[in-house]
Amino acid sequence: MRFRRRASPLHAARASAGGAYCAALAACALALQHPLLLGAVIVAVTGAGIAAGARDELATAAKFSLPLGLLVALVNPLVVRDGLTVFFRLGEIPPFGQVDLTVEALVYGLVLGARVVAVALCCALFVAAVDPDETLRLFRRVSFRSALTAALAVRLMPVLARDSRRMADAAACRPDSGRGSAPGRVAVLRAVATSALDRAVDVAATLEVRGYGARTAVRPAAEPWSRHDVAFAASAVVLVALAAGAAVAGIGTFAAYPALRAPVGPGEAGLAVLIVAVALAPFADRRGIER
Amino acid sequence: MSAVLRVEGVTYTYGGAAAPSLRDVSLRVAPGEFVVVAGLSACGKSTLLRAASGLVPHFHGGTFAGRVVVGGLDTREHGPGDLSAVAGSLFQDPETQIVLGTVRNELAFPLENRGAPPAAVARGVEEVALALGIEALLDRSTSELSGGELQRVALGAALAGRPRLVLLDEPTSQLDPVAGDELVWLLRRLNEEWGTAVVLAEHRLERCLAHADRVVVLAGGAVVCDAPPREFLSWAGERAPALQTPGARLFARAGLRPPPAGVKEARATLRAHGLLDEEAGPPPLAPTAAAVERPSVADRARARLRRDDTPPAALGCRGLWVEMPGGRAVLRAVDLRVEAGERVALMGRNGAGKSTLLRHLGGLQRPTRGRVEAAGRVALLLQNPNDYLLHERVADEAPAEALAAVGLAALGDRHPRDLSGGERQRLALAIVMGGDPPAAVCLDEPTRGMDRAAKGDLADRLRALAASGVAVLVATHDAEFAAAFAQRVVLLADGRPIADGPIADVLTGGWYFATETARIVGALTPEEGAERIRRRLTMEVTP
Repeated sequence: MRFRRRASPLHAARASAGGAYCAALAACALALQHPLLLGAVIVAVTGAGIAAGARDELATAAKFSLPLGLLVALVNPLVVRDGLTVFFRLGEIPPFGQVDLTVEALVYGLVLGARVVAVALCCALFVAAVDPDETLRLFRRVSFRSALTAALAVRLMPVLARDSRRMADAAACRPDSGRGSAPGRVAVLRAVATSALDRAVDVAATLEVRGYGARTAVRPAAEPWSRHDVAFAASAVVLVALAAGAAVAGIGTFAAYPALRAPVGPGEAGLAVLIVAVALAPFADRRGIER
Repeated sequence: MSAVLRVEGVTYTYGGAAAPSLRDVSLRVAPGEFVVVAGLSACGKSTLLRAASGLVPHFHGGTFAGRVVVGGLDTREHGPGDLSAVAGSLFQDPETQIVLGTVRNELAFPLENRGAPPAAVARGVEEVALALGIEALLDRSTSELSGGELQRVALGAALAGRPRLVLLDEPTSQLDPVAGDELVWLLRRLNEEWGTAVVLAEHRLERCLAHADRVVVLAGGAVVCDAPPREFLSWAGERAPALQTPGARLFARAGLRPPPAGVKEARATLRAHGLLDEEAGPPPLAPTAAAVERPSVADRARARLRRDDTPPAALGCRGLWVEMPGGRAVLRAVDLRVEAGERVALMGRNGAGKSTLLRHLGGLQRPTRGRVEAAGRVALLLQNPNDYLLHERVADEAPAEALAAVGLAALGDRHPRDLSGGERQRLALAIVMGGDPPAAVCLDEPTRGMDRAAKGDLADRLRALAASGVAVLVATHDAEFAAAFAQRVVLLADGRPIADGPIADVLTGGWYFATETARIVGALTPEEGAERIRRRLTMEVTP
């Protein structure tokens, strides 16, 4: 999974706006517990991913995060003793003692699992649609050396991945010469790790001759904001405000224990619609997205 | 005029090294000069360029004596970061010279590091992209670029700040001849149109001598020659034959002087002496191309019946068709037969399907259609010998007899990564040759980054291997190397052979797939070319 420039409003937005947008969606997923609202966040981020052309990246993230979410959902009833509605008694299991599975713990586990999936989708959207170079540049203003170390690491990974593929091919070309037969994956991995130092030195030398460490201070860029920058930044602010406003107004309250309480009224329904609408609104304007 | 690069009495030893890599080196490069640094492998070329870029000693450490001044900045006081404003650097491996994710960001990176305002960064990126013809790549991801494109982008990053000096360490060693020639022409344009001084370390001197003002030769870390190209070639003829270009060897063997710095100069000299047979024109291409036309169904059926009587080839394939997962066909019904003891060069531009064909012949991949036939084991040596080195000792990598066969028996206790480039290539060959004797050996671009002496050594080894009955198939871009070892050339284009014939026919008839001697006089090697010139001289004397 990696950033690929596409013609989408999110790709056209600056990294600070795009990053804030993804972070706001993730913040909503973490702040809102009501299943309807959490579902709205997942719909919003999925819709954003599709509108940004990052369907495959989100599918990959879902493939890896769904089993994790399911695991969380299954483990929660085993470790949480709260909840009034017992649906299965496992009996005495040392060292846990009496284990009763409750509907409340299962539902809360599902909410936690859905949250894991939602956050993973937000991260996938960020990776697929927000320019990592621009992000590094943002951090460079905060910590120049750390940002460049990150750049070095980011650059080194694909180089090492290609090295390991080539070395595996070369290992497959070795004849079984009776000297312990063809080398295994561990030997290849060790060789890649050994060569990583040489490769890192090469990349670091490139950084040096490109001016890294020059005594000149780096000035912050001051480019005018585009309509997409403004749209995604505004969307991020409104999403955070909606989540905060809901908490203050008591909309979307959710309690799992001792009994489930997730009221669905006009407030919750309206908030869910608003989350999806606000999240997807910046994608409506598709002017100026080619680059 | 003040020098843009001044090296004064520099002696440098890498940390932990027993001997210095540079010994009392002094030289000056004037603004707008094009200087080629020549020498055999490990002679100090890279170290000299690293000293000029400030990486020596700031990045590599070690013991440094003397003085290097780049654009008025003394490298003892200024590190590579400061010097990057004056000197742009480009190294061998394009993959490790790209730092950021998109071409635009890569080109902007050095300018931003120097604190240029956004408008100046944007303009600098546009200018350098247009100058190098990479404007179409600006928004491409760097991970999607080919080796040639990556090297061009890396050159763009080195030039983005419009340095007065550009330092290049074998930048064409990883490129095919077309991309390599394009890069050298770009340097010439930079040099002529913008007055950028160029210092270029290169093994394939025939590629760049015609553009050079001076050649500096290093041997054992010391400067042994510093002269204009013609004088350098005269010097090389007497003192360092391994550095002579094929054109210079041709002239030396024909008894002509002065040695030519390039094809144009050589032809002009021969024309002036009436020794150029221009009326004959180049040899025709058709016979070899016709030889590989696809036979009809009936012909193929007859051939199949006949094949039952013919002995099996050492290595071959029938109707080999390879498609990528996306559907693109890389090989299209390739028929190939290499006999035992035969030496074949497989040539073609990048993407023609050479490596794919070798990987299928070597059993590394399975074809979409068709089949591979081999009389025994096929030893396959892929492009980078370093990929084969997995152990701590040379002796652990390959059987003793295989090491002895490639002349590495005495180095059994060395760490494989401490060997020179040529020795690593020989070790990788020993690794794939170890065990049961192979029926065929396939090598993919074995001469990348090799000097002429190492190439000659490899050609000798391949000839000896073939003499022992092993079929040898080598994918190479290097026409001179092919001329040195092969009997036959198969030329691939778009996944199918377009020429297949004796090397003297295939490598003398084209513009691109031709040796330098062929481009001058239409003969494959300097020896044959000299003979042709002598015959013409005799004809003129006795009409």
